[in-house]
Parts: sequence; structure tokens; C-alpha cells
Amino acid sequence: MMRRLLAAACMAALASGAAAGELPATLRVCADPDNLPYSHANGSGFENRIAQLVADDLKLPLEYEWLPDRRGFVRKTLGARLCDVIMGVPAGFERAMTTRPYYRSSYVVVDHAGGAPIASFDDPRLARMRLGVQLIGNDLAASPPGQALARHGQTDNVRGFAVPGEEPAAARIVHAIESGELDGAIVWGPQAGFFAAHSRVPLRVHAIAAPAGPGSQPFAYDIAMGVRRGDRELQAALDGVIERRQADIARILADYAVPQVAGAAR
Amino acid sequence: MIRLLWGVAVALLASVCHAQTPDDGTWTMAARNFEGHRFSGLDQVTPGNVAQLKVAFTFDTGVPKGQESITLVADNTMFIVGPFPNVLFALDLTKPGAPLKWKFDPKPDASSQGVACCDLVNRGAAYADGRVFFNTLDNQTLAVDAKTGAELWRAKLGDIKLGESMTMAPLVVKNKVLVGNSGGEFGVRGWLAALDAATGKVLWRAYSTGPDKDVLIGPNFKPYYASDRGADLGVKTWPPDAWKIGGGTVWGWLTYDPVLDLLYYGTANPGPWNPEQRPGDNKWTSGIFARKPDTGEAVWFYQFSPHDLHDYDGVNENVLVDTPIAGANRKVLLHPDRNGYMYVIDRATGQVLSANPFVHVTTSSGVDLSTGALRYNPQKDPRAGETVRSICPASPGAKDWQPSAWSPRTKLLYVPHQNLCQDTVTGTASYIAGTPYVGLEQKIYAGPGGHRGLFTAWDPVAGKKAWQVEEHFPVWSGALATAGDLVFYGTMDGWFKALDARSGKLLWRFKTDSGIIGQPMSYRGPDGRQYIAVMAGVGGWAGAVVSGSMDTRDATGASGFANAMRDLQAATKAGSKLYVFALPEGTR
Repeated sequence: MMRRLLAAACMAALASGAAAGELPATLRVCADPDNLPYSHANGSGFENRIAQLVADDLKLPLEYEWLPDRRGFVRKTLGARLCDVIMGVPAGFERAMTTRPYYRSSYVVVDHAGGAPIASFDDPRLARMRLGVQLIGNDLAASPPGQALARHGQTDNVRGFAVPGEEPAAARIVHAIESGELDGAIVWGPQAGFFAAHSRVPLRVHAIAAPAGPGSQPFAYDIAMGVRRGDRELQAALDGVIERRQADIARILADYAVPQVAGAAR
Repeated sequence: MIRLLWGVAVALLASVCHAQTPDDGTWTMAARNFEGHRFSGLDQVTPGNVAQLKVAFTFDTGVPKGQESITLVADNTMFIVGPFPNVLFALDLTKPGAPLKWKFDPKPDASSQGVACCDLVNRGAAYADGRVFFNTLDNQTLAVDAKTGAELWRAKLGDIKLGESMTMAPLVVKNKVLVGNSGGEFGVRGWLAALDAATGKVLWRAYSTGPDKDVLIGPNFKPYYASDRGADLGVKTWPPDAWKIGGGTVWGWLTYDPVLDLLYYGTANPGPWNPEQRPGDNKWTSGIFARKPDTGEAVWFYQFSPHDLHDYDGVNENVLVDTPIAGANRKVLLHPDRNGYMYVIDRATGQVLSANPFVHVTTSSGVDLSTGALRYNPQKDPRAGETVRSICPASPGAKDWQPSAWSPRTKLLYVPHQNLCQDTVTGTASYIAGTPYVGLEQKIYAGPGGHRGLFTAWDPVAGKKAWQVEEHFPVWSGALATAGDLVFYGTMDGWFKALDARSGKLLWRFKTDSGIIGQPMSYRGPDGRQYIAVMAGVGGWAGAVVSGSMDTRDATGASGFANAMRDLQAATKAGSKLYVFALPEGTR
């Protein structure tokens, strides 16, 4: 069985565009055509800009394979060899081989500016606020803040926003804070920063520490680029760009108000 | 000759004893009758001659995805709806080789492919009064003229953007087309709708969550157990607003008792919250409703898996039978649930008469018949950030969508199902680019004995299995029982099998060119011969490793099912072919 799998992997490697030990002639990025702040077909997302920076650094032309990022995205893009890189996957992502991280962010509190910010789960105000959280993943998955709130016995004042909808759940959550339906939210940093910055009313984005305790999920994650398993040349090339251009990447992220957390394994 | 006459006499006696209506040779709804029996009264094919079955003709739908559909036969025409893009075909059975009479392309929205949970399947159409009714993945129900293939009406019932899709086979009852939605893992709110068969107008829609007025719970609602009584439980058994995305979709089978005038169907699991985030029973998910078809009003409800923790949808078939239970003749329904128990329920009242395990179960220790409550085993609760091993049955359940057959002759329920357990492990995941979380991933594997599939003949009177066949892969096809005392089913590596209905002995098998996950059926052709038909085309949740070219090195693909099906890619390939079998002419 193992031998057959290995043989299949070798066959697959031979069938791919680039011969072993070579970079592809084009940087082919798999991306969602409508998923700001990350990517957009018009090139306006921060992952578009980072992809362009990578392509320029490697002196490769940049091409996109566009597909809405839903179930089967990795399989239908990277897996189908229609493209070679997925930007913005968590380090250690099981469905791809990941590069070194190029940024680290965290789930953050979004609320109306004024008063002292909420920075911990011990803050009694949390129990009184109507809060929004993202609902992500399969049936049993939840966003880490939603999980943390549930562990704190907070389910009655928390509203979950599922993935499907007219725009990203994070955008719908921020709109609900704008309109007064919610008092605040705990949302993934890059989306929180971007949608709060575009809000009609002044909103505040603030770090909050994940509560300690058994089974508690981390709020901060290293974000890397994903390539196919075995694409070591491409992985090494991307690692080189990330190392060389860290300052440029950080500037792009700052332009999009992405909350950056220190501590990523550079 | 004498033996033959004796056989006829026995058959006649049997038909008198069982008060069976003679079979008109048609098959107009997925389960052939309202009661969900999947039983053909045709008896030309017998244990004595089944070994001579040969391919009579084949037909290709042209879409090599999971073929979970069933062929219908009426007016000497065969109708079949394929997987997305859900083209409906009509074949002329009066001509040699059953050539295409017409085909109808509903042209569904391509983006619906992104919201389908488990391959792009469709589970069949329904025929009534010269019309064919079917659903498309993008939430449309259509009516087509059976003679001409002309569209009569179409109704848009759901929204892809909200994660909704439709895969189920409609049921036509009292000039109403009954349809429900899929998509519970996307935060969809489940519903069942009744459409006017003449116009497609929605007559009523019963939601599975929310206030009583939405669930169509009124003064005539009389649930058997106290836990289902109270105002607006579809709201109160959830955190505020959570019921709006609470799941309870209606993607399984419908049955109907014309005497009691009650419609039965199951609701899917609650979604998509982590269980810790939705404290409460989460009514009315993972349960069964009995409703009046004219108004949709609920008459009773029972919850198989309150506050479901394991993705145990309650949508499996409810097969209606009248049988002696504890000495008295009872009108019951038989329901092999995902949670591992074979429920025998009084279908007038909703009382659970028995619930015996039909597979290895670790997630619960039984059902309390006095309260109706499932006794969960807290050690098997999935918890974020922790690994839990030996969760049996796994998320696809002891049995998934694949429908059982009932023989009124043998009084056995023939159940195609699986023997799977799972571990839930945590890993860093990302659902939408850049939204990371610690995911609870399921890794599914074979249960005790190492075989992943089972075909079980269940005796509801004795409350135990009469016989059982072990299969290498999950048995993901439907079952068919016939008056010839045969049962048919297919395997995921492409064998179509005929067993002796009384003993389970294998009498005949045929290797098709793709794994079988379709629903076998039987009809009488215009030439008076008995035919047996089944679609071959592997896929669905269990077979997506083949039809979706999934990377089996990713153990968490297809929600963990890919891990259990690594060897399927070597055993079969994708397909899209209908096989129709018959005895050689003149055989008796």
C-alpha cells in the first residue's frame, strides 16, 4: 500500500508542470475572486499585493486561478494542479505543505470607541454585551472566541454568524455593530481591522487574551503560504522571499489595518 | 410441472394471506409505495432462476458523479434524474434497447456545486398523473410533462447564497408535492414544503426550528413524551437567535399512512454550532415529525438525538408496517437511526416501543422507553481541544441515507448500512482563507471486525437481526425486496447482488463498471417480463474519494470519510451507467 502511494506520488510529481528541482515558469496563485480584505479579482486585496511582491521578487509572471473559497477549494485548485500557491493558510495547515509564516495575527475585540477597552475575559462587561462571533468550519468547529465564551457560560448574549451569506461573516458582524444590533464582537484580526476601518461609525479594534484553561483554543495564529506536498523547490523559494521581504510584507499588512502580533517563528 | 403449480398455489395463498394488491408493474415513487417498502410484487425472478439474470440494456447519464438516484417506470417509460446538472431523461421501454424518448435540462445555477455537502447527488424523482416532479441542487422543484418532456412549472424554494441546496426525492400525496432542503452544515434552517402539484404554488412550509407558528405546531400537536411539550420549544431549547441557523434540514425520506392521514419524515442534525455553544435540546432537530398533509400541522414529534453531539441526522426512512408487537397487532414505523438504534415507534402516537442497537454503539447506552431519552455516554462527547477515540457509530452513523426495504412476505426489514467508528482529533484548520481555528477533525475507520459495510435483515417482532452479510466497503446503495423472495443491493466496488430473502445466501452477482450507491428497483416491461434496474456510479459522501478525486493522504477529507475509504480508488472508478437486468426470454 505504502509503495503504491509512493509510486502514485512520484507519478504525480512527474506529471506536474515543473520538473523536479525547478521553479515553475509562472507564479500561479489560487485565490477567491471576492473575499476582501484578502483577495479580489480586481487585485485590491492584501494577499493580491503580497503575491505581486513575491512574483516580482522571484522575477516570475503572476497568474491567478479564481475559485470561491468554499468546501473543496484546496482540492479543486492546488489539488487539481490549476495553481501552485494558496496565500494565507494557517501554519501547519493539514491540506497543504506550508512555508515559514509571513505574519501572525489574533482574534480581536471590535466595539464602539469610548471607555477602557475590553482586554480580558475577566472583564465583567463582556457578560452584558451582545456579541457577535464567526461560525466557521464543519459542524463541530467554532471560532476560538465563540468557544471561549461558551466555556465562560456565555451563550445567551452571543450571536453566531455562519459562513454563507452575501458578504463575509466578519463584514456582517461589523455592520451589526454599526447599526446597534450588537454591542461588540470578537473577530479574526485581518477582517476585523479592515471592516472596522471602513465602518461608518468610529469602531475600536483591541487585542484580547485567550482565557487559560484545559481545552482552551489559542486566539493567535501564524499565517503562511501553502503549496502542494512535495513542492520543496517552490516552498524554499517562497521561504526566501518571506525572509528577504519581511519589512515590505509588514507594510502592506499595516496598510490594510491587519493587527499584527509579535512572536511568529520567523 | 406439479411443483410449479404448487409454487403458484403457495404464491396465491401468500398473496391472500398478506392481502397484497397485485403489482401493476410500475414504480412511480422512490420507495414504490407511500409506506416506504421498496417491495416489488413481481415474482418471475426467483431463487431458482436468478442465476440466469443478464443485462437487458444500459443507459449512460453522462455525469460521472455519485449516482444515488432511482429509476421510475410508468406508462411504459423509464424516468431518471441524474446528479448535478440534474438532467431528467425519459427512455422508451416499448422499443428494443429502450432508446431516449426525450431529455429535459433544468439548467441549474453552476454555483450550487460549491454548497453541496457531499458530492452532487440527486435521490430521484416522483411520478403522478402524467407528470414528473424533481428537485435541482440550486433549490428548484420542477414539474415536467411525462409524455413530452415539456416544463409545466418550476418553483424556487431556497437560496444558494445561504448555503441551501436540494437533493431529496419528492413525495406526491393528495396532489401535493412534498420537498425539503439540504445544507445543515452551512447554517441553513430546515424546512419541509408542500407545493400544489398543478401549479407549484407553496401551500405550506413547516420549519424545523423557531416559534410554533413557523413549525406549524398548533392545538392538535400531541407529542407522546413530556420533553416535547411546551410553547415555542424550537426557540427556547436554543440560545437566542441560534435557531435561525439551527439546521434540522429535511433531506431524507418521506412516508405516508393514508388511513391515519399522517406524513412522516426525519429532521437532520443541529448546525453548525459546536455543541458547547448551543446548550439545550435544540428542538426540532435530529427527530421525527408526524404531520397532516393538508395543512402541514404537526401531530407528534420524537427526538432521536436531543442536543446532537455527533452529527446524527434523524433523516433516515420511516418504514410503515403493521405487525404484532408484544402479542398485539400494532401500526408501527421502523426507523434505523444514525445513532445506532432500530426504533419501533407507534405511528399513531409517537410512543417508542423498542430501540435496540443494530451496530456497535459507544456514544450512548440505550433509550429510556419511559421518557424517550437517549442515554448519552459523556466520555464520548466531542470537546474542542481534546482527542476523543472510539466514537461509534461515526458521523455517517450506523446507517446513512441508503434506504431499507421491507418484505411483507418475510416480515423482515433489509437494511444496507455501515460499520464505522471515529476519533475526533484537533488540528489547525482554515475554512475560509485566513480564518484559522483549531478544528475538530474526524478520522473515520472500520468498526469491530474490520469490515466497513453490513447488510442486515432485521426482525422487528423479535427485535433482533435474522441474518447479516458483512461487506468490505460501506453498503451505500439502497435495498430492494421482491415477491420472488429475493433482496438486491450493490457494493461500492461495483457488485450488484441478489440474496435469498429468507437466508441471506448469495445467489447471483454481477460486476458493474463503477461502485453502486443507487437505489435498485423492479418493474414489468411492456413485454410482460420482470426487469431489475440500478444505477452504477460511485460517489456521495462515502465515495467522494473516487468521484471527487480526493487526496486520500488528507485523512480529514470529506469530513474524515476519506480516511476510511483510501482503498476505494483502487477498487473502482467513477461511472454514470444505468444497468437493467432480466431473465433470458422464456425463462420461468
